[in-house]
Amino acid sequence: MGANVTTQDEQADARSRWQDIDLRAVAPFVALALLLLLGALVNPNFIGLNNLANVATRSAFIALIAIGATFVISSGDLDLSVGSMVAFVASVMILFMNSGVIADPGMMIAAAMALALVMGALCGLANGLITTFGRIEPFIATLGTMGIYRGLTTWLSQGGAITLQSAEQQDLYRPAYFGTVAGVPVPILVVLAVTCIAAFVLYRMRYGRHVVAVGSNASVARYSGIKVDRVRTTAFVIQGVCVAIAVMLYVPRLGSTSATTGILWELQAITAVVIGGTALKGGSSRVWGTICGAFILELVGNIMLLSNFISEYLIGAIQGAIIIIAMLVQRSLVRKS
Amino acid sequence: MVSEPSADGASVPSDQTDVVLSAQRISKSFNGVQVLFGVDFTLRRGEIHALMGENGAGKSTLVKILSGFEQPTSGSIVLDGVAVKLPPNGAAEALGIVVIHQEFNLAEHLSVTESLFLGREVTRFGVLDRKFMRQETRRVLDLLGSKISETAMIGSLSVADKQMVEIAKAISRDARIVFMDEPTAVLSRDETDALFSQVRMLRDRGTSFVFVSHKLDEVIELSDQVTVLRDGQWIKTAPTSMLDGESIAQLMVGRELSSLYPKKTEPNVDETRVLSVVGLSTAHVNDVHFDLRKGEILGFSGMIGAGRTELMEAIAGLYPRQSGEVRIGNKLMPPGDVLATTAAGLAYMTKDRKSKGLLLGADMTSNLTLQSLDQHGRWGYLSPKSEAKALERARRRFDIRVRDARVLAGRMSGGNQQKLLLAKVMEVAPNVLIIDEPTRGIDVGTKQQIYHFIAALAREGCSIIVVSSEMPEIIGLCTRVVVMRAGRIVGVLEGDEISEQEIMRYSAGLKQMAMA
Repeated sequence: MGANVTTQDEQADARSRWQDIDLRAVAPFVALALLLLLGALVNPNFIGLNNLANVATRSAFIALIAIGATFVISSGDLDLSVGSMVAFVASVMILFMNSGVIADPGMMIAAAMALALVMGALCGLANGLITTFGRIEPFIATLGTMGIYRGLTTWLSQGGAITLQSAEQQDLYRPAYFGTVAGVPVPILVVLAVTCIAAFVLYRMRYGRHVVAVGSNASVARYSGIKVDRVRTTAFVIQGVCVAIAVMLYVPRLGSTSATTGILWELQAITAVVIGGTALKGGSSRVWGTICGAFILELVGNIMLLSNFISEYLIGAIQGAIIIIAMLVQRSLVRKS
Repeated sequence: MVSEPSADGASVPSDQTDVVLSAQRISKSFNGVQVLFGVDFTLRRGEIHALMGENGAGKSTLVKILSGFEQPTSGSIVLDGVAVKLPPNGAAEALGIVVIHQEFNLAEHLSVTESLFLGREVTRFGVLDRKFMRQETRRVLDLLGSKISETAMIGSLSVADKQMVEIAKAISRDARIVFMDEPTAVLSRDETDALFSQVRMLRDRGTSFVFVSHKLDEVIELSDQVTVLRDGQWIKTAPTSMLDGESIAQLMVGRELSSLYPKKTEPNVDETRVLSVVGLSTAHVNDVHFDLRKGEILGFSGMIGAGRTELMEAIAGLYPRQSGEVRIGNKLMPPGDVLATTAAGLAYMTKDRKSKGLLLGADMTSNLTLQSLDQHGRWGYLSPKSEAKALERARRRFDIRVRDARVLAGRMSGGNQQKLLLAKVMEVAPNVLIIDEPTRGIDVGTKQQIYHFIAALAREGCSIIVVSSEMPEIIGLCTRVVVMRAGRIVGVLEGDEISEQEIMRYSAGLKQMAMA
């Protein structure tokens, strides 16, 4: 009898160890592996290191924005204004660089980058204060600022484009997007660095714990002495800073913005977060999953481009479908666990 | 591991014809963990059947299986003499089986009538027949002797009235079998009495009730039949008249309950004052004055809605104050600043552990240290090691019994959750502890443990305020009792004065202390 009991316990142990693997955390990486396999079947060039590095570089903007979105969504909010914010911050940054206030191009770029950070943080702060102090649903608040940032961009560009004029500045700034360090493209390094910092803050710091607590139950957080509004506002500011970092890579790439810059990027950023396994209702954060999600989105586009049977003009539709599928998968995984 | 055959004739009822619902050898496993082991249960027509057991004994699971919300792993359910498979997700209502959940299933923005007819609205030519539905609702409410308006919004009703609406809903759906999970947990004595008389009236008309409760006295008062479960096993079914509170408690725990309450230590009147409240008023609390001495256990009694929770939350800085002073030690506390009161050494433990106390989707560690993250690292950094140590300490100190330390708080039993919540609050090392409803919805064994924790903390010099609607608890624990009524302090009892009758007299407004 005793031996019998032990085996049963062991079986239960093995089973629970198997069940311990959080399917939601693993799912995006499994999806990534399947996509890589599919890509390799579609076109042998796909799996080449060059192509993949290209895809990763191009996913950098969405990845960076989505890291910020991970904070906002984990704390139970939503930011729809990120795409417009990219356009707005980038426009202001280019206009500043064109103004010629600082003669030295190196100093000018540094100052412009600092300005972008401040602008991004301020835009995020505005979103945060409207939602917390204004007590307006984040969906509506950021829908409003989405219109505001987009409108300001259109006004700044007078409906046209804002282009970086100094060739000297362009040449100096180009490596920030096109350069490599030890063979690795700079954008990939930036994404990795920002993800590491974000992961540290979310999983190893008090603030990260507060974010998740506020997102999963704001009452519990309040009763535990957490300043809920401050935590939420800070998440929006982090989102703004992440947008600014994305802008710093975006400007050297094209050297130009227009009223259509960053359109639907909020959809892609939120999709990346959801694919990554962060719950849209808040209370869980998976920043590495988010990066994986951003990469998956870009990969899908790449596969469509390399294959000949789906028009690449359908990319938007496919991405829209992906977020719906990701939500369905998430829900089914919750039920099982 | 073969279970012995169920040849004991004891559980076979004498007259099979009266049986409306029975469960035979029901077993249930979740993820390979068995929670019910061949349980038998028989419900007759017009019977109030109490289902008793400690938390984790399997009561809720059995109720879910008998109402179709879960399917048994093995065993059969017999309804009206026919073996059935109950439809899931509440569809068993169509068969006359209704569950009144602990957390109500009512939408706050609907009216009473709309709630009663939700999902089966009556229409005439495709248009809602509102008049008929209102009349029907009135009829059912009158039947229950309830004065709730049929047009009132659910959100505006008291908890007791919401309960009444749930019962009205059950009746209007021709329920033959009603499951009630802890129906009196949030009710005052008067409201409980009203509920019981209605349940008895419905029983006499042939409705059967299954009543899950932790309150032994209520079970004895109300039920006809008692079934006790322990650790997922059927222990005993007997007519209530053959049992008393002590014997039921023993069956539930499976061991002799020594004394439920620890010995009281009379406080030293010369001890320093650690908390003083002067003229405190909030929206529903009026001009409250009281002091708390070091090592004292002070009880706050009163009806639901007397303003006790609001007062305590205002003291803790969680609820806005209108006027008055709160001093912890000699320090004047700024209003509405939880962090300042926590830093001054006061901690408040909410009565609402599921929505204000614990993050149900988080593990034990995140919950335990949520209020005290500063202790686990510098500059905002958290040390996993330090947190793991804190959890180990807390589990030992408060006897939190779980299989796996990574279990989510929402999956723990009520008793373990309550211990975890107490541990969480104690992590800030308070010298003044306010506990609101220390044992709501937890089993006798855990209750006893929590009472002993409270007494031990007081002996260590912590001063404790216990807010409770369970009078035996207040009487058993406290050396001084404050009675509140309608937002005011109406009486303070000490020593031998502390008795159920005396507290009742004050809280019902029959007696009032002379005010200075």
